[in-house]
Amino acid sequence: MSATDTPASLPAPSAPDTTRRSPWGEVLHSLFRSGTFLTGLFILLFWVVCALFGQHFVPYDPLESDIINSLTPPAADHWFGTDQLGRDVFSRVIVGSRDILTVAPLATILATLAGTALGLVIGYFRGIVDDIVSRVLEAFMAIPVVIIALLAIVALGTSKITVIVVIGLSFAPIIARTVRSAVLAERELDYVAAAKLRHEGALHTMFVEILPNVIPPILVETTVRLGYAIFAVATLSFMGFGIQPPSPDWGLSISSNYGMIGGGFWWTVLFDALAIASLVIGVNLVADGVHGAFND
Amino acid sequence: MTEPSHPANALELKDLSVAYRVGRRDRAVLRNVNLTIKAGEAYGLVGESGCGKSTVALSVVRYLPRNGSITGGSIALDGKDVMKLDAEALRRARADSVSMVYQDPGKALNPSLRIGRQLTEIFELAGVTGQAAEDKALAMLNRVRISDPASVMQRYPHQLSGGMQQRVAIAMALANDPSMLILDEPTTGLDATVEAEVLDLIGQLRRELSASILFISHNLAVVSNMCDRVGVLYAGMLVEEGSTKDVFNDPRHPYTVALLRCLPRGGQRKDQGRLDTIPGFLPGIGATIVGCAFADRCALATERCRAEPPPLYDPGGGRLSRCHYHDKAQSLPRATPAEIVAAAPKQAPPVLQVEGLNKTYASHGRPLRAVKDVSVSLRAGETLGLVGESGSGKTTFARLLLGLVPPDEGGSIELEGKKLAPRLASRSEEQVKAVQIVFQNPDSALNRSHSIRHILSRALKRLGGLSGKTLDTRLEELVRSVRLTDRHLAVKPRQLSGGLKQRVAIARAFAGEPRIVVCDEPTSALDVSVQAAILNLLADLQSRQDVSYIFISHDLGVVRYLSDKIAVLYLGRIMEFGPSEAVFSGPHHPYTEALLSAVPQLDRTESSRIRLDGEIPSAANPPTGCVFHTRCPRKIGAICETQEPELTEAQPGHTIRCHIPYAELARLQKPKVVEPA
Ligand SMILES: Nc1ncnc2c1ncn2[C@@H]1O[C@H](COP(=O)(O)OP(=O)(O)OP(=O)(O)O)[C@@H](O)[C@H]1O
Ligand code: SF4
Ligand code: SF4
Ligand SMILES: [Mg+2]
Repeated sequence: MSATDTPASLPAPSAPDTTRRSPWGEVLHSLFRSGTFLTGLFILLFWVVCALFGQHFVPYDPLESDIINSLTPPAADHWFGTDQLGRDVFSRVIVGSRDILTVAPLATILATLAGTALGLVIGYFRGIVDDIVSRVLEAFMAIPVVIIALLAIVALGTSKITVIVVIGLSFAPIIARTVRSAVLAERELDYVAAAKLRHEGALHTMFVEILPNVIPPILVETTVRLGYAIFAVATLSFMGFGIQPPSPDWGLSISSNYGMIGGGFWWTVLFDALAIASLVIGVNLVADGVHGAFND
Repeated sequence: MTEPSHPANALELKDLSVAYRVGRRDRAVLRNVNLTIKAGEAYGLVGESGCGKSTVALSVVRYLPRNGSITGGSIALDGKDVMKLDAEALRRARADSVSMVYQDPGKALNPSLRIGRQLTEIFELAGVTGQAAEDKALAMLNRVRISDPASVMQRYPHQLSGGMQQRVAIAMALANDPSMLILDEPTTGLDATVEAEVLDLIGQLRRELSASILFISHNLAVVSNMCDRVGVLYAGMLVEEGSTKDVFNDPRHPYTVALLRCLPRGGQRKDQGRLDTIPGFLPGIGATIVGCAFADRCALATERCRAEPPPLYDPGGGRLSRCHYHDKAQSLPRATPAEIVAAAPKQAPPVLQVEGLNKTYASHGRPLRAVKDVSVSLRAGETLGLVGESGSGKTTFARLLLGLVPPDEGGSIELEGKKLAPRLASRSEEQVKAVQIVFQNPDSALNRSHSIRHILSRALKRLGGLSGKTLDTRLEELVRSVRLTDRHLAVKPRQLSGGLKQRVAIARAFAGEPRIVVCDEPTSALDVSVQAAILNLLADLQSRQDVSYIFISHDLGVVRYLSDKIAVLYLGRIMEFGPSEAVFSGPHHPYTEALLSAVPQLDRTESSRIRLDGEIPSAANPPTGCVFHTRCPRKIGAICETQEPELTEAQPGHTIRCHIPYAELARLQKPKVVEPA
């Protein structure tokens, strides 16, 4: 080779690497490979379909009483038997998912919105705002939900809205605490200082700069809270707060039938209880999956 | 070039190939690496980040990550084939004959155990127990010359500074008296002076121990001061090898030539020409390589290079080069033209005037004076370099300027003759956009949820006051001025390399036509080739826009390249302030002298090194008198311990804080004034 070889032209500066999967892509990818998540999702979707369309495919009208056939044990024509008023337990269980699947998610969304806003504010401002608000939240978290519910019902009257507000507000501090600690870590990063050096307002810095980066822990906490919310809604309906008869709601059904277990009419209670349990387990599996996917 | 297996060789890699499994495919990271380290020899391995240096080290101790596997070749330690060892023999080899020190000493130390416990454990494993083990542990700490070893034994790792932690890690690595010591970037995370101490230590231990050393670093200067022979790794291949002196003074591979040209050397300054750069990037792992791996980035590449993989040529003298044109390697044309349009020096009024600035933090109820009585001034288009060890107050000073932390009462900062409010919130829009910063770590500085377009547009909107069409036009200009293209706008920061991210950060700082840009270690996370490009960019932007920089870096070569003035800080005080050339070439303050002599240099033979002993005193409890007296090699007596010297003018514009008069300093430092041109 001689010195007259012409050097080939040099390449242009590098192109951005667009082949790498985005972090959200990674999360979805690992979610859909997680057996835990998929099992949970299956259970959850089952109940969502029941809530949305159950009323069209159940064999009986869940509200229609048939006194002659009351308290028949599970059999071919009534798979889960009938209750005291002769209503078909199977149809009631299927359709009974509707109220709980409206109230619990709405309560969780309320908790997430309020908790996120609160967490952003105390994490961002820290100092005295944080000290005061955090103490108040701790005090608030120490009060049992039931007591808050009782107070709220005295003040607001029973209704689904009351339940949503009560559960939403009592879960908000927990979410706020999670968001706060994520924000405390984020605000030390230099992009927050860079925002200050542009004279960005606190709202912009909190909601446009910091918020997108703390979504993962918020999502995890939200799914976990949804499980608790389902449980809390069922408990409150059992106690007679919130969801009112004649709804076929599970908690309500258990509450009106549990006196009959002693008489051997277990089917009036068992299937509703199993339904609550399965929904809570399903949501917890989803929450575990989400947590795992974000913490790989 | 395989040599016959010889028991005298401490390490012998033959045709070593390693792959990492990613996305169900084995991707080659090391390709037929042949390398021999003789007994007692120190061998340096250099190359850009990602070229496979750590993989070599991890293969030798068989500690590859789970998805890594050796796909071919052999590894022999002391003549024993490591790959044939069973688990027990391998464990014994690791315990007896090889030790490894990592970049991050935290990796080697258990955070929940006292140092003493961790050290004695090693001896207990070897069968020495009780008091004997403790004595040995203490002896080990003495050997790595840690101050007050007895108290160090009682401490937890987090209670030690980075330099002390690394000493302990080295002590642990030496505990079993290994015949092979592998050091993977052992000083990369450390300050210049601490780095120098640790390197000194390694050098001394080498003489005492007769262990062979595999020294991995991306810092060519460090390797050149430490090693007998050096290998240059590129894309998992050894592309050049030879004695350190030969390779660094007479490189035979264009890649080595290019790497060496990226460094500001021999006191090179921004007005004397731009640094050379290496265009393009290292091929990704597992890339199919036809012909020469470096061809895409090599200005000498020909058709032959693209078709025919170069073998390891032997140009004689114990050297090897994987280049078809190894005899012409040094004729590699520059990738970046050296010429610059030198802006004529102006006698503009100062753009920045800082007077008596103080910052006191509270530390455990005690006042900690992070910045004490600092006054500096800077003209438009000039760079003020801030140097000093960690904890000397450089970053605090920068944050005071930016208004991110408020200074103590009294003192003033004036920007173009107008007083700057201490807090950012009370500064005017004009003042806010006039002082901006390029942070050290672009991953922290750029919001990972936002696209580059969003990041820059927002800056133009807020700092430039632009919107709509004018914003788009200006965005395009801005992007071009930092040599990015439209393609880079749509992506998120994580899709860009470190150098490209730093360009985005620079563009953001320049969005509002700033008067002063603080650059806080802007290149310390980058490879030398990328560093050169960023330094060139900063110098270009400065000469075009007349912007002033406050430049912070622990790399004194880099500071010297870019700075017109230097402030040397120690425990929050200015020890020396003056024109860059005066400060660097001396006579200078004893602290500056020690800092400068601590820097490993490519073109300096081991000579009169002034060493800085001991740890930096705590700023919460500074020494009396001259704060430097506890470590000052030129201390003159009691006066240094009782009376704090004034910052006195040695020459017009050059001030020094020392009891030794300037003329006397000049006399003392005379032999050192000989500078490489
Ligand atoms: N476990 C792994 N799986 C997949 N790829 C990996 C793994 N570890 C390292 N790599 C890739 O292999 C290549 C070589 O890595 P290695 O750590 O040996 O480089 P290096 O020269 O030590 O770099 P640096 O100077 O940054 O430490 C890089 O591209 C790296 O991203
Ligand atoms: S073989 Fe060709 S492309 Fe490779 S380094 Fe040598 S001249 Fe450059
Ligand atoms: S005053 Fe004394 S201790 Fe301080 S730098 Fe000068 S000689 Fe050293
Ligand atoms: Mg490495």
